[in-house]
Amino acid sequence: MKLLVTFSRGKGRKPIIAQVVRDTGVLINVERAVIDSSEGEALIEVPDDQCRLVSDTMISLGAHVRILEHGITYNESECVDCGACTSVCPREVFSFDKGWKLQLDEGKCILCGKCVDACPHRALTLPL
Amino acid sequence: MHQSEYLGMHKTIQQINERIRDGAARVVTAEEMPAIVAELGEEGALKEVDVVTTGTFGAMCSSGAFFNFGHAEPPIRMERIWLNNVEAYGGLAAVDTYIGATQQSDTREEEYGGAHVIEDLVAGKTVELRASSRGTDCYPRRTLTTELALEHLNQAIMCNPRNAYQRYNAATNTTDRVLHTYMGTLLPGSGNITYSGAGVLNPLSNDPDFRLIGSGVPIFLCGAPGMVIGEGTQHSPGNGFGTMMVTGDMKQMSQDFLRAATMTGYGVTLYVGLGVPLPVLDLDVVRATAVRDEDISVDILDYSIPSRARPAIRKVTYAELRSGMVELNGEEVRTSSLSSFRRARQVAQELKGWVESGKMQLSLPTRPIDAKKLGRPMYQSTTSPKVLDIMDTLVFSIGEDEEITTAAKKLLKGETNHLPVINGQKKLVGIVTTFDVSKAVANPGKAHLVKDIMKKKVVTTTPDEAVDIAVQKLEKYNISALPVVDAQLHVIGILTAMNLGKLFGGRWLK
Repeated sequence: MKLLVTFSRGKGRKPIIAQVVRDTGVLINVERAVIDSSEGEALIEVPDDQCRLVSDTMISLGAHVRILEHGITYNESECVDCGACTSVCPREVFSFDKGWKLQLDEGKCILCGKCVDACPHRALTLPL
Repeated sequence: MHQSEYLGMHKTIQQINERIRDGAARVVTAEEMPAIVAELGEEGALKEVDVVTTGTFGAMCSSGAFFNFGHAEPPIRMERIWLNNVEAYGGLAAVDTYIGATQQSDTREEEYGGAHVIEDLVAGKTVELRASSRGTDCYPRRTLTTELALEHLNQAIMCNPRNAYQRYNAATNTTDRVLHTYMGTLLPGSGNITYSGAGVLNPLSNDPDFRLIGSGVPIFLCGAPGMVIGEGTQHSPGNGFGTMMVTGDMKQMSQDFLRAATMTGYGVTLYVGLGVPLPVLDLDVVRATAVRDEDISVDILDYSIPSRARPAIRKVTYAELRSGMVELNGEEVRTSSLSSFRRARQVAQELKGWVESGKMQLSLPTRPIDAKKLGRPMYQSTTSPKVLDIMDTLVFSIGEDEEITTAAKKLLKGETNHLPVINGQKKLVGIVTTFDVSKAVANPGKAHLVKDIMKKKVVTTTPDEAVDIAVQKLEKYNISALPVVDAQLHVIGILTAMNLGKLFGGRWLK
């Protein structure tokens, strides 16, 4: 399961992710993270059965946690099945079926947004 | 005499049209043809197949449409014209205009353009026409605003100067930053390859000698019956880059085969679905239409070179490109198509249905297209300004082992903000700015030599580089100076934003 964790780094600069790993013993996979001096946002992946534990621990440490159930938003009526997205995606979310129709493997998506600008038909958008 | 005629093996266009009228014509797509030829042999295929349909669906920037709006009351001779804030050509008389697909909106820039106006009209939406004029005795009106739908126009005739390239070079990017091009998003370090074209289904690749495709030949254009006008602009079949100029009635077009698009950072374009039915007259047609993706090769070009002559990295076939992976310098690189093979198939299928049902009969060109012509680059009677023409040749530089305070003094003395840093061999190894020096002085730490604070990654230019390219570097890297270096990396000048003022001093722009 993917969690979007946001936290401020005000005082103390707590190593939140490291602490959650130590306290819960759950091995967290950081898919992507943007952290600067004042705040941070990290997209992490954790096993489904330990999602609750990780999420609660993060929240107790002052982070804001959102469970991401969906990958990139795909507007099929705008898509022309060109495939401009296939090579820019770092996770190989996009592929073609036998009839050259675009297929999405949403589970692989880490919402990096690289495909959004690459799509000539504006068929891909980041979920709000 | 033609070889196949000599063998008595050929059909006439009349015979084929007769079979179409009888509903007896055997029509196949260009994708099906190679297997048929492999199975039946060339002569068997000639007997069996009457028509091969082709199709392509991709970005075709050189597209647009003529409109006639009918006369207003009181009448106007429109001189400047906008459709949904996209400017259309005002140099045609009174109430005619031409809208180009890549023209961008005055208000929405690259998110909306001529292609979107065309798609909106085809989709049944209304668009706002705005026009202005000086006003004349016969056309007194000066301004006009009205909402129009496609049904309100007398004519909406798509007329595309350059469509359906025979094939197109693939693109990659060897620099360390993302490029946004008309070939899509190109990842750094040759991180991907983009390509365009229907390969096996491409109309001109199935008739490379232009025996069947020429003026007056009926085609499928964006869902409507259309026609080849003649050779397209930049037509260059001599090196495998033939194009055609085509036309069709927009009122019969469908959004399924016409889509506006935006290549981020490049601009608006129109995705056009185009197919040509090819009559199988003789063995030469059979051989030409038996072409496969494996037989059509293109170069992969490095789009990071800002020049007309981009270096080719390697040759590749459409079969390799379509496999999704291509080997480049020992690494597997993912490919992206910008055109849709699925829709190209749909074009060929739809066209097959038209011919089978008798909706479209075929004709031979009323005027042939030159099959050998070579496109030429622009003839330039004036040269564009080079860095050499405007750079500062008086340039202060500093050695990497000098003290930071020496750098500060040099910056003051030279009244400059940039100091190129050189090593013992006088080669450029870095750059320091007033900002770097001030920072080091304000926060005294361990650093006291120039090499401790210099930026080692220096963006440079050369004396021969066009000023436009150097300006693009300044903008892209958000810097205000470029050291000018020779082949040995010796600093021979510096180009700063201030030097660009010379361009406007009347030296180049008259």
